[in-house]
Amino acid sequence: MSQHIVKAYDEELETLHRLIHQMGELTLEQIQKAIDSLVGRSEKLANEVIGHDYEINHLETRVDALSVRILALRQPVASDLRTVVAALKIANQVERIADYASNIAKRSLLLMEYPSVVLMDELSSLAIKPKEMLEKALLAFTTYDVNLALRVWHMDREVDEQYNAYLLQLFDVMIAAPQNISPCTHLLFAAKNIERIGDQSSNVAESVYTMVTGKPFKESEIL
Amino acid sequence: MRATAKIDVKHLSLFYGDKQALFDVSLKIPSFQTTALIGPSGCGKSSFLRCLNRMNDIVSNVHIEGKVLLDKEDIYISSIDVVELRTRVGMVFQKPNPFPRSIYENVAYGPRIHSLFKNKSDLDEIVELSLKRSALWDEIKDRLHQPATRLSGGQQQRLCIARAIAVNPEVILMDEPCSALDPIATAKVEELIDELREKFTLIIVTHNLQQAARVSQQTAFFHSGYLVEAGETGALFTMPQDERTQGYITGRYG
Repeated sequence: MSQHIVKAYDEELETLHRLIHQMGELTLEQIQKAIDSLVGRSEKLANEVIGHDYEINHLETRVDALSVRILALRQPVASDLRTVVAALKIANQVERIADYASNIAKRSLLLMEYPSVVLMDELSSLAIKPKEMLEKALLAFTTYDVNLALRVWHMDREVDEQYNAYLLQLFDVMIAAPQNISPCTHLLFAAKNIERIGDQSSNVAESVYTMVTGKPFKESEIL
Repeated sequence: MRATAKIDVKHLSLFYGDKQALFDVSLKIPSFQTTALIGPSGCGKSSFLRCLNRMNDIVSNVHIEGKVLLDKEDIYISSIDVVELRTRVGMVFQKPNPFPRSIYENVAYGPRIHSLFKNKSDLDEIVELSLKRSALWDEIKDRLHQPATRLSGGQQQRLCIARAIAVNPEVILMDEPCSALDPIATAKVEELIDELREKFTLIIVTHNLQQAARVSQQTAFFHSGYLVEAGETGALFTMPQDERTQGYITGRYG
């Protein structure tokens, strides 16, 4: 897209994009570290994740403030308006995802009170798809790529299926040995948080869809 | 959007001598709505506006092709009485231009030359109603016979609107009606535009995009003599269909 006549306007929109990108990078890192802390039973890593959550909250605050500033001072219209609205929503959605990472790290600390259980390692593979969804949804935002956004949205079904399969396995382990129930419950919540990362990432994809097309996202229209 | 078109412009081209100012413009102006015409300077929006009550006739060497239908009747056929046409399609200009007479006489002028009243109390009524409809009455009712030039700029512009309304037009054309006004006076005129469309069909040329967004239901974007895009105002300002519209309304290099 060509540039604005007023250069400062372009700079502000670029800053908005950069902040969202930064939030995304940090959040992806947080998710990976949270999973690693759980699988590798690392208290240090888990505390790092919990300790860094405020950085993402702070970035969200900056996105909010800058968006409000642009709305007030530039009165954006058309694609600019849709970008600012999408940035506001996506910052909020990514901040939620970072909270899930933090929740996983908290579960990881709780799990350390128990001996290692089977199915802990499987959380790593459970997190692959949701992470990919977030990464691609944010790329779709940066590149205004509605097709990529739609692909991300469709990926959520696979995440749900993997999560459901994992739950069944957890139930088997719990039924087999009642002493597994407590650690497995923590695993269950961690898995739920991973599944929620997929949900929120598909919300990011929906925000991108509306930003690019100008239309509200309707499931019935894209299936 | 109401389906009936008050004005239906079909394949309109306008030439000033050899120079073509409008190219094959077709646009329907819906009744009882405000249509905003936007576009960069020299894009043809004011020329277009002036075609709608044949103000361009005054310019020498001008000719048009295509049709402008007012209630399905072509306003460019020879049997049309241009003076009567301009009472049906009134106009308000960029700079308030009250006559150097009293407030009362400014509003009474049109009804007088068109003999639209029977007696003095009839005329008083027209003047009062016009000033009320232009939201000026309460401010000036005690000084109707003072010179109109003593009013503030915003009041003068509302007086010009009252003057246009006094002959009971069907359509009011406004060419940059707020460009000489401060924000408060602008807000009053915008509020007035919103009220006026209950009774009239309005067409407004404006360089102020936020104003177009605020006051109109339909917006038409002109560029280099072409009508690029026209549509429901909310849709045009959130999701314009043409790259040139997008570039212009977001303030990008075209």
